[in-house]
Amino acid sequence: MNATVTQMTAGSNSTQAFDVESIRREFPILAEQVYGKPLVYLDSGASAQKPRQVIDAMQYVYEKQYANVHRGVHYMSQHTTEAYEEARRKVQRFLNAASENEIVFTRSATEAINLVANSYGRTFLKAGDEVIVSHMEHHANIVPWQLLRDHIGIELKVVPVLDDGSLDMEAYKGLLSEKTKIVAMTHISNALGSIVPIAEVINLAHDAGAVTLVDGCQAAPHTAIDVQSLDADFYVFAPHKTYGPTGVGVLYGKEDLLNSMPPWQGGGDMISSVSFEKTTYQKAPLRFEAGTPSITEAIGLGAALDFMTAIGMDAIAAHEEGLLHYATERLSAIDGLHIIGTAKDKAAIVSFVMDQAHPHDIGTIIDRAGIAIRTGHHCAEPVMKRFGVAATARASFGLYNTTAEVDALANALEGVKELFG
Amino acid sequence: MLDELRDLYQEVILDHGKKPRNFRRPESFTKEAVGNNPMCGDALVIYLSLDDAGTITDVAFQGQGCAISVASASMMTEILTGKTKEQAEVLFHVFHQLCTGEEPSDNELGSIDEDALERLQMLSGVREFPMRVKCATLAWHTMDAAVKGENEISTE
Repeated sequence: MNATVTQMTAGSNSTQAFDVESIRREFPILAEQVYGKPLVYLDSGASAQKPRQVIDAMQYVYEKQYANVHRGVHYMSQHTTEAYEEARRKVQRFLNAASENEIVFTRSATEAINLVANSYGRTFLKAGDEVIVSHMEHHANIVPWQLLRDHIGIELKVVPVLDDGSLDMEAYKGLLSEKTKIVAMTHISNALGSIVPIAEVINLAHDAGAVTLVDGCQAAPHTAIDVQSLDADFYVFAPHKTYGPTGVGVLYGKEDLLNSMPPWQGGGDMISSVSFEKTTYQKAPLRFEAGTPSITEAIGLGAALDFMTAIGMDAIAAHEEGLLHYATERLSAIDGLHIIGTAKDKAAIVSFVMDQAHPHDIGTIIDRAGIAIRTGHHCAEPVMKRFGVAATARASFGLYNTTAEVDALANALEGVKELFG
Repeated sequence: MLDELRDLYQEVILDHGKKPRNFRRPESFTKEAVGNNPMCGDALVIYLSLDDAGTITDVAFQGQGCAISVASASMMTEILTGKTKEQAEVLFHVFHQLCTGEEPSDNELGSIDEDALERLQMLSGVREFPMRVKCATLAWHTMDAAVKGENEISTE
C-alpha cells in the first residue's frame, strides 16, 4: 500500500502524520453512498470493512491457487497448504506467540472460546471449581461457561464494573481463591470501550493457580498484542474485526496446554491414525482443526494482518485515540447526550444514550444521513443492566475513520434533537 | 430533516412516544402477556380486560422501548378499547399487512372504522424502514398472544 505512515504520539494531529485519506482509498466500500450520502461507517466494533489487499488475496486463492490443505501431493494442494500455514505464521508474529503451533484456526472467536470451555474445561475442571468472568463480557464469553456450569457443576463468579466502566480490581482480588481454575476476561469491552488492565489480571490469576483466557476481539484491531509478555494462556480474536474476512477465528494457546487438551471435534485432518479400535490424534494446532478449515479466509486474514502491521499498530492506536478524544469532546457537548463508559483507559468506542430519543430511533434517523452505528445491547446484556439501560447507541471507530466523520455524527445527532424536540 | 423520516416520526407518533396513553398496570385484568424483542431489548407487558361477551373493556401496558414501539402500544390501547376479540384480530392482521407492504382485503378494510384505519396507516410508515417493523408490531403481537392465552412472546 502507498499510505504514508510515520510514528506519532497520542494526541498529536493525526491527519498529518497518519495519511488517513490514502488509507481510505484502500477500502473500496468507503466510496459507496447510502441514501445518496457518503457512507460514514462507525460500526467497526461489530465488523470492520475490508481493504483491497484482503479482497485481492482471497480472489487470488480462488483464481490461481486453490485446493484442500494437508492432503494432496499435487501442486495446488502443496501451494495452498504453504499459504495457509504462512497465514498461521503471520498470526503468530502478530500476537508474538512463541510458536506457530500455538495458533489454532477456528470458525469464529466464539468457537475458540467454546473450544477452550469444552476441551480444557470439561477435562480439567470439576464440580465446585470456579470460573471468573467480568460484568462487561460479550455473551460469547459468558454463555460457554454457563453451558460448562450446567454440564459439570462449576461456579461462575462475576467481577463487578465501577461506575466509570472500569474493572473493579479490588473485587477481582477478593474473588480469586484456590477454587479459581479459569479467569476468562475481555481485553477491551465491546459495549463500553474500557481497556482492562489485562496483564495485571493475568498475573493475579496465575498467583491463584488459574489459567487465563483473554477475549481480544476488540483489542486486536486497536493495539499491539504480545501474548508472551502478557503471559496469557489463551487469547482469542475475531479476524473480521481486524479488517479480515468472516468465517475464521483465532485461538492462541500455550503449546503445552493445547497438547494436554483432548480434541473437541473429531474428523479428518486432526488424527495421526484411525482404526476402529483406537484413534491417535495430531498435536496442536491440527488436533483442533477437524474437517476442511476456512482456507481462503485464513489466507485473507494473513493479508489483513500484513495490512495493519505495514501501517503500524502504534500508529493505528494513536490515530484512533485522537478520534476517541475528538468524538468524546464533540458528543459531550450535545445537550441531553450521556456517554456510558468513561474509564480513563478506553479504546475508540463511544456508547451513549440521549434524553430525547431511544437508541433505535437515533440509529434510524442518522442512518438516513449515511451514518452507520450499532444500536441495542451489543450482545452484552449484563453490562447494559449494570448501567440501567436496555440499549445504547454505539459509535466504534476504525483506522479509516476521520474527524470529519465525527463531525457528521455530531451534526446528525443535533438533527435527532431537532426532530424529537 | 428528510421527508421519509417525518413520515415515520409524525407529530402524533412522537406525542404518543413521549406521553404514552394507558401506561399503567390495572388493578384487575383478565389477560396479560409479555412481549420481548431480544434483538433490541424492547420489552412490553400488555394487560387486557374482556367482558363475558368477548368485548375488550380496557387495554393498558407497561415497559420500555423506542418511540415507535411505545407509540404503537399507546395507540393500540386506544384503538382496541371497545372492540371485540374478533375485531382486534382483524385489526392486527390488517396492521401487519400494512407494515409489510401487503394489500389488506377489501372485506377486512371494510370492517374497520375510519379512525382506527387512519391510525394504523400512520404507524405503518414503518414499512419504509424494514428493520423497524418489529418495533411497531411488538405490542400487537403481544396483544394477540394475550387474547390467545399465551403469556410470553418473542419477535426475533
